[in-house]
Amino acid sequence: MIVKGRVWKFGDNISTDIIIPGKYLRTLNYSLWVKHLMEGLDPAFSSKIRKGDIIVAGKNFGCGSSREQAVLAIKLAGISAVVAESFGWIFFRNAINNGLLVVECPNIVKYVETGDIMEINVIEGYVKTPRKILSIKPYPKFIMDIISLGGLTEYYRRKKHG
Amino acid sequence: MSSAIEKIISDHIGRKVHAGEFVETPIDLIYFHDGTGILVFKHLEEMLVKKVGDVESIVFFDHSVPPHSIEASTLQKYVLESSRKFGISKIYFMGEGIGHQVIHEEGHVKPGQIIIGADSHTPTLGALGVLALGVGALDAAYGLAAGKLWLKVPETLLITVEGRIPKGVYAKDIILHIIGSLRAYGALGKVVEFSGSVTERLNVDSRFTLCNMSVEMGAASCFQKIDEKTINYLKNFGVCDLRKHFSDKDSYVEEYFFDISSLEPQVSCPHSVDNVKSISEVEGTPVDQIFIGSCTNGRLEDLVEVAKILKNGKVKPYVKLIIVPASKRILMKAMSLGLIEIFLKAGAMVGVPGCGPCLGMHTGVLGDDEVAISTSSRNFIGRMGSRKAKIYLASPATAAASALTGEITDPRRFLK
Ligand code: SF4
Repeated sequence: MIVKGRVWKFGDNISTDIIIPGKYLRTLNYSLWVKHLMEGLDPAFSSKIRKGDIIVAGKNFGCGSSREQAVLAIKLAGISAVVAESFGWIFFRNAINNGLLVVECPNIVKYVETGDIMEINVIEGYVKTPRKILSIKPYPKFIMDIISLGGLTEYYRRKKHG
Repeated sequence: MSSAIEKIISDHIGRKVHAGEFVETPIDLIYFHDGTGILVFKHLEEMLVKKVGDVESIVFFDHSVPPHSIEASTLQKYVLESSRKFGISKIYFMGEGIGHQVIHEEGHVKPGQIIIGADSHTPTLGALGVLALGVGALDAAYGLAAGKLWLKVPETLLITVEGRIPKGVYAKDIILHIIGSLRAYGALGKVVEFSGSVTERLNVDSRFTLCNMSVEMGAASCFQKIDEKTINYLKNFGVCDLRKHFSDKDSYVEEYFFDISSLEPQVSCPHSVDNVKSISEVEGTPVDQIFIGSCTNGRLEDLVEVAKILKNGKVKPYVKLIIVPASKRILMKAMSLGLIEIFLKAGAMVGVPGCGPCLGMHTGVLGDDEVAISTSSRNFIGRMGSRKAKIYLASPATAAASALTGEITDPRRFLK
């Protein structure tokens, strides 16, 4: 799995409250989540992104509330992957379960800036920025299976019926 | 050598597991709420599931109660109808209280279990010797359908707390101090285990506060071994099935030691939980709103401390004090002890048991430039309303003292 895209860089401890504030949760209007993506930091963010862009962040990305809408908003906005130094425990699970590529990469924020083009190669285990190539840990097979099937829903259906 | 968590998972899987291993484990109990339930049922529909499996399952209506908007009411109706349709084993409807509290008051939590909750503060239950994991809606749906959870077995980090507990210092101050020094990602993905003479002396209510807030250090969960206090607590709620698990001495990946003998009351300042200061550094900051409640600090022990302070005074004029007991049982106990009367006479607004203003959706949403002091667990930007509001986190005693003066106040001023 190879992903290439333009980078948006954020800092440490980006909480799910920042990614999608609680007041937008009582709806199933998915486009509302996309519209308010990252509103806690940049209310205009969703109008700036292009399909395939990559979010890069520091430590503990997606910490806080378990709201899956944070992952869904990122995925539906067209973000292809999130690369962070580390992830909130539940966010990381939610991302994999919903088929959003999340890559842990210590020190990444030092080697990439907003606007750079970056490449992620999950199979060969590296990320490539204009400044550096950094290695990443491979996922166990069943995690890759879940991601490549688009998430746990399809994984369950295949297991049950396939 | 194994941690208590490794032993609990090993018991469930039927073979010895080690931290770092990916496993699929059976689970004993699944719960979620009116907020996360919306997606849980959407996922079950998409998974083409008709009825949930055999695992005990509970839904709590605690997040927006009573509902604050047309959308909230409509979606809650969907969650209620779906709960019936899919065969969720137990429904606690509005007014019963916060799931993390009601679940053990109603005897559903038994030491040694693996519990998943579609809510990030599920690890609160770790104070009762279980592995309790906060998960997303898809994990919950998959658990309901398949009875299992995929998991990278977490490592365990030990925190030992020793010393004399100073006047005006409570479990909240201790955990804020710990988070201030280990930082918001200090326990990322690990299970935090508490030990030491201080945690042993704390009552179970306070132990819940420690476990609840360890989530704010990024912990996957929290664990406290059960002792006489836990056993009596559980028996009180009719639980006698006690499987005990202990960590072997050298099973921890990291160990930290804290002596709290000279600790002052602590305050977490905007906009990050680990921006922790001693009360003397922030005293005098004016506040518009005080919130006492939540799954962190809405228990009886907390309300008793609050009453000790409020009984001698009146809430500062034009300052909002909102007190929300974590459960109906707590509210009724507080009524019979005369605490509610003290709160109302002092000028507090007392809310329906549930999450209250903690999540910024209703019953006390902060406006632009407002400042709040709250006993809840999170002070992220915008958490309780406006992005321009500021949230300070503190103990119930500090919050109550601040209500009397209208500014952040050292509770020791009011404690005889
Ligand atoms: S009280 Fe606050 S932190 Fe606790 S479950 Fe409710 S919203 Fe979450």
